[in-house]
Amino acid sequence: MSDASNDTATVIRDDRLIADRWTELDDETAIPAGTAPLVVTLARWRAERDALLAAGVPVGVRLANTEDVDDVFAEIADRPLLVLGFPKHDDGRALTQAKLLRGRLGYRGDVRVDGHILQDLVSVARRCGCNEIKPRADQELQGCLRALGEFSTAYQPAADGIESVFVRRRGRALPAG
Amino acid sequence: MYRYDEIDQTLVMERAAQFREQLGRYHAGKLSEDEFRALRLRNGLYMQRFAPMLRINVPYGHLNATQLRRLGHITRKYSKGYGHFTTRQNVQLNWPQLDDVPDILVELAEVDMQCIQACGNDTRNVTCDHLAGVAGDEIVDPRPYCELLRQWEALNPEFLWLPRKFKFAFTGATHDRAASRTNDVAIHIYRNEAGEIGYRFYVGGGLGRMPILGKLTKPFVPESDLLIYATAVMRIFNRFGRRDNIHHARIKVVVKNWGLEKFRDAVEAEYERILASDEAGTLKLLPQDIDYMRSFFPTPAYRPAAEVEADLGALANGDPGFAAWIKRNVVAHRQEGYRAVFISLKAHGEVAGDVSSEQYEALADLTETYGFGELRSTYDQNLVLPDVAERDLYPLWQRLRELNLATPNIGLLTDMICCPGLDFCGLANASSISVYHDIYDRFESLDDQYDVGPIRITMSGCMNGCGHHSVGHIGILGVDKHGEEWYQVMLGGTPSDGPSLGERVGRALSREEIADGVERLVRAYLDLRDDAEESFLDCFRRLGMEPFKTRLYAVGEPEKAAA
Repeated sequence: MSDASNDTATVIRDDRLIADRWTELDDETAIPAGTAPLVVTLARWRAERDALLAAGVPVGVRLANTEDVDDVFAEIADRPLLVLGFPKHDDGRALTQAKLLRGRLGYRGDVRVDGHILQDLVSVARRCGCNEIKPRADQELQGCLRALGEFSTAYQPAADGIESVFVRRRGRALPAG
Repeated sequence: MYRYDEIDQTLVMERAAQFREQLGRYHAGKLSEDEFRALRLRNGLYMQRFAPMLRINVPYGHLNATQLRRLGHITRKYSKGYGHFTTRQNVQLNWPQLDDVPDILVELAEVDMQCIQACGNDTRNVTCDHLAGVAGDEIVDPRPYCELLRQWEALNPEFLWLPRKFKFAFTGATHDRAASRTNDVAIHIYRNEAGEIGYRFYVGGGLGRMPILGKLTKPFVPESDLLIYATAVMRIFNRFGRRDNIHHARIKVVVKNWGLEKFRDAVEAEYERILASDEAGTLKLLPQDIDYMRSFFPTPAYRPAAEVEADLGALANGDPGFAAWIKRNVVAHRQEGYRAVFISLKAHGEVAGDVSSEQYEALADLTETYGFGELRSTYDQNLVLPDVAERDLYPLWQRLRELNLATPNIGLLTDMICCPGLDFCGLANASSISVYHDIYDRFESLDDQYDVGPIRITMSGCMNGCGHHSVGHIGILGVDKHGEEWYQVMLGGTPSDGPSLGERVGRALSREEIADGVERLVRAYLDLRDDAEESFLDCFRRLGMEPFKTRLYAVGEPEKAAA
């Protein structure tokens, strides 16, 4: 199935494909018994924090792309997974959220992005700090994996460890005028 | 001029390969029209009326001889033998084939050129004063900063999917020749009282349906913090720019809805947060970073004045054509014995801004014979040879005349800014080019133009305002009324030095009336001005709308070219 589309809830984690083990819980459904890790909305996390923790499974939080991560971070800093979203293929607000979570907020858990993630967004999301990427169901997973390597360098510093081009050029001889 | 190293070169080649793959997926039906649209725009490809249009970035208007020759080749091989210069100093091909675009991108990449983010909702080509490095009124050469910003914004992952397009413009001189405050961000580089270099940031400018000039958000950002403050602005935009309505999605709407104070405070708060975080370390420019970029823009190897200076008065004697060209198209240079030369792309009967394949190649030769291998494109859709020895002016003029590139009309009535209009553009509501020709015909006599003096006429074929009609002394906007082309007229706009937006006069004029109307406005000015020293704009500012309005609609009065 390696070349199939992403209809089996597969996630790109780092450089490989894994099955999605998280269960998304809406705000109405009762907290299930069992061992599957859960993802809940920020609203539900706020309202039912204790009950969710009492379930004894890992609980991640989904953030709307309108959420100010600077403001809400204290409430979610200890979560193992934060889920960001692309409600449309061209709405890039989650990229700033990821960048801030990984950068100045120093979040070290997993950052996942899902929604309308085209193959063309995979390396962009990765560079902003999303270590888990769930492409849209119709995207070819092998293409998405290949797209991770479509750029071997970059100008900007990013979560993939590439330093700023300006830093990399320090110490070089000045180009001849 | 900046030259690509292995990092730049790798990026543009990988970008071309990425687009080739995307095009393949589109043909295979794996990308919807809407999805492919967003991807192709980010590679400069627009779908126009008859064919795709490919916009090629010319960062801050700089081109070298090799690039000019390549543009000659590309326009001949892939388009219809010409390429069009825009107000953002870029080149547009109006007739490429979709499937040729990956090859074109590779041919561009080979000569340090690209179409990265030339269209689409992302950061666009950085523009700049076309006299950078040679103008007498320059405080700081802006080009190293333009290049630093270009690299920071190219494929910047955080800001690739913005609410709407985003444009930066730089100037480092007393006079703003870059129309900077019509951009989302204008950066004015200067020295403070302590002699330190810094930036004055204006944010929220833009033309189109809601023309507005950028507002001052910070009077002095330290030199090291260029990319930090720019990041703060863009982060506010990415988070808070509207995404539900394309017509309200520019950053100017955030500034307008929030009010300047709230917007400024939000940017300031983000700027402070970055400064207090590790991110500052990756974004702060060290003196050596700026020196590195500055070394690409050295002072050319000018020859001593005694070897290059010439008595232009004597040269011009007996050749009124040359004298007129010296007067209109040649400007002072900060190096003794040198001049900067404007190449007019507004010859009679031509399309404003168009350059043929043969002209690109001839211009490449001229930059080498009469300069240091460089050419600039300007906001006004003309070109500049930045470093011409005075002794070379006469032979240069003769050669330019042979190329039909020596029309002595820079800054005059026929030096109009004009978008492609209905002839090419899929967005246009009305023709621009034919109206431009009609107006041109009425004032073709240079004596008439010299009598009128400096005047800026700008024309757009639709509300999107690519022809900058909002900032023309006389601005013309084509509109569609029940399938007919009509033209609104605006007066009193100017994009630089105390910029202002034009005011709409009144009812629109028909296609048949518009050139007559413009002529009546110019005649009104000649009648109303204090003396020949008072420009059209100054006269309008002194007298206001009423006398001009009366004359614009005074149909039936004798109409003949201003004499």
